[in-house]
Amino acid sequence: MDKLVAQYSRPQHQNDFYSEAEQQELTEGMPPLSLKFALPPVDNRAAFLRAMTDDHANPSCPIKIAHGTTTLAFRFQGGIIVCTDSRATAGNWIASQTVKKVIPVSRLSRGEDKPSNEPTPGLLGTMAGGAADCQYWLRYLSQQCTLHEIRHKRRITVAAASKILANLTYSYKGYGLSMGTMLAGVTPQEGPALYYIDSDGTRLPGNMFCVGSGQTFAYGVLDANYKYDLTEQEALDLGRRAILAAMHRDAYSGGFINCYHVKEEGWVHHGFDDMNPIFWKTKLDRGEFSNVTSEL
Amino acid sequence: MAASKAVMRGPTIIKAEDDKTRQLNPHTLMAFSGEAGDTVQFAEFIQANIKLYSMRNDTELSPAAVSNFVRGELARSLRSRSPYTVNLLLGGLDPVTEEPSLYWVDYLASLAPVPYAAHGYAQYYCLSLLDKHHNPNISLEEGMKLLEMCTDELKRRLPIDYKGVLVKVVTKDGVKEIPFDNDRVARSA
Repeated sequence: MDKLVAQYSRPQHQNDFYSEAEQQELTEGMPPLSLKFALPPVDNRAAFLRAMTDDHANPSCPIKIAHGTTTLAFRFQGGIIVCTDSRATAGNWIASQTVKKVIPVSRLSRGEDKPSNEPTPGLLGTMAGGAADCQYWLRYLSQQCTLHEIRHKRRITVAAASKILANLTYSYKGYGLSMGTMLAGVTPQEGPALYYIDSDGTRLPGNMFCVGSGQTFAYGVLDANYKYDLTEQEALDLGRRAILAAMHRDAYSGGFINCYHVKEEGWVHHGFDDMNPIFWKTKLDRGEFSNVTSEL
Repeated sequence: MAASKAVMRGPTIIKAEDDKTRQLNPHTLMAFSGEAGDTVQFAEFIQANIKLYSMRNDTELSPAAVSNFVRGELARSLRSRSPYTVNLLLGGLDPVTEEPSLYWVDYLASLAPVPYAAHGYAQYYCLSLLDKHHNPNISLEEGMKLLEMCTDELKRRLPIDYKGVLVKVVTKDGVKEIPFDNDRVARSA
């Protein structure tokens, strides 16, 4: 009988997924920044990586990293506008034309089942540089932000989130990470906040950033027409036009124009639109791009 | 046409009021940039040859003729032992048809007729602006406003001080320098 009882009864908490020690580890402090990655067994890993991936110096290099982008974000009276192109290139090869380079950070409050035009609370991150690095580390940042939200019962500030990412990239400095990221969000503590973080470990707060190979073209349009007092519609149009300028002139940018508006209640998506009809509409209706001929 | 006024050797600005243009004939102006030494040598060689042609044949070459001659000379030099490393912008007005034209020429001897152009780092900042704000019918005043937008952007974003620009305009009355306010402060966001 005892045997039968032992077989069908379980000790308390046997079903708990984590052991006592594991739970301790999960609830106390941050997970280690240096996650365990396999590294190549050579002396200078950064140089090794560069030799394996430098498409410019060695066109037959074994690894081609997805590169080349235009992303921009700027603060204005109504919040923050975030716009990107959607092209991923690996060397001269266009690897994709439909990349989503705006990544929502902080998953807890993402609420995928909401109607799409409702603002979604949380931060936005943008992706420039190595696609894998950006996706991986923004996912990691997202995890950290979610944990922060659970531990402290309030959303993380943009300053804190950007610092997590900057400390991370700084700890990997010299290992060959490649990313240029902007973090945008509106929090009660900070108001609208915009940060630039890159793989050198740079972290800068600011009003306007353009990142990627098409940045200069976007800056050209944006600087000339930017005012803090822009209306929401004007700001969205300016962001789109700046991305269009970069897509037109920069061979490594193109595809679709992706636009987001971040405001107090959260972020709102404003379309993922093919650049081609927009380009021709801009040219034919507004008389811009006069160096391109529309005659056969 | 506008060209920066600074001459740089390594980290030093050795002249702040340089004129990087040469007038080739009454209605054609050439702006140049590139390898030190090559630039002025090439520009004055072209200038002299255009003048020689005009004197021999008692005629003024059209901008199209001038630019094709320049391109030919660059192409010839490209395959020589010491090619000229010079990038050019050629602006002119056909004295007969009074049609204005602009040619973009680089040191590899590519020639392209364009509505607007730039060389060097300026391209990256100015072309997107010109794409947006240029149209073929703008007046001189609007053109100068557009140039101001371009120089403002260069002041904001270029990490070097190019010491302002020298502006010249080609009209049917010839080439003249236009005063330009280089002390404007460009505000950034």
